Amino acid sequence: MPTTQQLQDFTQQVRRDILRMVHKVSSGHPGGSLGCAEFFTCLYQEVMDYSTDFTMDGKNEDLFFLSNGHISPVYYSVLAHSGFFPVEELNTFRLIDSRLQGHPTTHEGLEGIRIASGSLGQGMSVALGAAEAKKLNGDDKLIYSLHGDGELQEGQNWEAIMYASAKKVDNLIATIDLNGKQIDGATDDVLPMGSIKAKFEAFGWDVIEVKEGNDIDAILAGLAEAKSLTGKGKPVCILLETMMGNGVDFMMHTHAWHGKAPSDEQLENALAQNPTTLGDY
Amino acid sequence: MKKYTYTEKKDTRSGFGDGLTELGRTNPNVVALCADLVGSLKMADFIKENPERFFQIGIAEANMMGIAAGMTIGGKIPFTGTFANFSTGRVYDQIRQSIAYSNKNVKICASHAGVTLGEDGATHQILEDIGLMKMLPGMTVINPCDYNQTKAATIAIADFDGPVYLRFGRPKVPIFMPEGEFVIGKGIQLTEGTDVTIVATGHLVWESLQAAEQLEAEGISVDVINIHTIKPLDEEIILKSVAKTGCIVTAEEHNKLGGLGESVARTLALNTPTPQEFVATDDTFGESGTPDQLMAKYGLDAAAVIKAVKKVISRK
Repeated sequence: MPTTQQLQDFTQQVRRDILRMVHKVSSGHPGGSLGCAEFFTCLYQEVMDYSTDFTMDGKNEDLFFLSNGHISPVYYSVLAHSGFFPVEELNTFRLIDSRLQGHPTTHEGLEGIRIASGSLGQGMSVALGAAEAKKLNGDDKLIYSLHGDGELQEGQNWEAIMYASAKKVDNLIATIDLNGKQIDGATDDVLPMGSIKAKFEAFGWDVIEVKEGNDIDAILAGLAEAKSLTGKGKPVCILLETMMGNGVDFMMHTHAWHGKAPSDEQLENALAQNPTTLGDY
Repeated sequence: MKKYTYTEKKDTRSGFGDGLTELGRTNPNVVALCADLVGSLKMADFIKENPERFFQIGIAEANMMGIAAGMTIGGKIPFTGTFANFSTGRVYDQIRQSIAYSNKNVKICASHAGVTLGEDGATHQILEDIGLMKMLPGMTVINPCDYNQTKAATIAIADFDGPVYLRFGRPKVPIFMPEGEFVIGKGIQLTEGTDVTIVATGHLVWESLQAAEQLEAEGISVDVINIHTIKPLDEEIILKSVAKTGCIVTAEEHNKLGGLGESVARTLALNTPTPQEFVATDDTFGESGTPDQLMAKYGLDAAAVIKAVKKVISRK
């Protein structure tokens, strides 16, 4: 088991990768990626049981689905440092002929990716399907998924949320990245959604709130509690309160860095704030 | 000319239902999903025999497509069932991203395609679905013509690895194709002729055979080809036929824009420009009516095929 410090160091490396990847191509989505760096680190470095000898079916493995595909930088960095593909490949992010497309896809055969995402609102349905297939296969491993909070404005999510409880899909832990921001501003300004907790509960889910969604120990505790609730007839949701742009002071407390890359000077500043490296690509 | 007769009429959707039931018995990986149209899709027998492999999704087609995509991860072969309209237009982006782009082994099975859906009217009568589906990279598009062919196609697509759109219909139509093997992408030569080629798909295959008989009586010799697979298109059988006849009529229960006719026209333009007439709907929505009334009004019957044949021959 890695220590909290080791997971924090890993997270800092992931932050460095995110910043350098989007800086190099002057495009991509650093804000949400940075906000979920700790979550991805916890999932792939501690919580999930998986093989890096990648198979699409992933039988007898925990599987993860990213629905808000635009935070691909954090996904790619964590997959690479977890051993799915060479870390050097991060250098090809968003470039022509790369397997690291702007949004994640199976199309170029990148290990670790099982579905394309980017067009929002589709990932929970896919996760449900994978969960149902695991039940049919007598496979007791779990399905994890991540969704943006703004993404919940897509109606398909509510079809899926309704299905999950109605059909007792209790091998799914769906996490909502509750950062309160979307492209055009605060979610409360763009389309206020009221209490997401009350909505999931009204739809029959068990809901766990992680108020410190950028704290490794809090995330691990939330995921452990979620796991303890699986297999009891209800789907499980984690409301993960994160800070968009976490770890880079000028990217925090704003939605401005949702889909914007840092300049040379900004990159230098941001990297100086995250000096720990396990070996940059 | 070879004559085709029938002793029984049956809906093509029953061919799907019976094919699915057979798959339930022979292929343990086949699962079925439905968005509240079990009766219309004739899925009851599969459900009775395999309740654990049937997933009632409710009226939520987008969710159904996503769940189907997810179930392939774990080795399942999902067959989704709803009307053609709700199998395509309603869920285009879900199919595009989660199924086609992700190359998932989902079989999108679509009933009540075209105007022969009848009295429910234009909201439910999709005439654009072939176009929508054939434009998706990697999507196979199949439109069988009768009960036997639909049953055989249903069984065949389970053994094919990749996304498939299988289109069939509501009304009872003659059963004239033999039972048995279905080869994806391989057109079937139904009659041999020298004056004109008719390439037909779905319900228009029978209408084209009726037209061919009448034309034969008038001394016009017709090559009728059953193109059940619109993508990939059997270009060889079409090019071989027009090399003999020098003109072609395409016939389909679909908009002339985006359908079989355009795929054939493209093939001809690239290989051997040939006079072509289109039996198809003329960029219009449908309306309420009986299937026969609608097929006549929208120019999708044997009479329309005969008219198109005479016109195209005059253009040679």
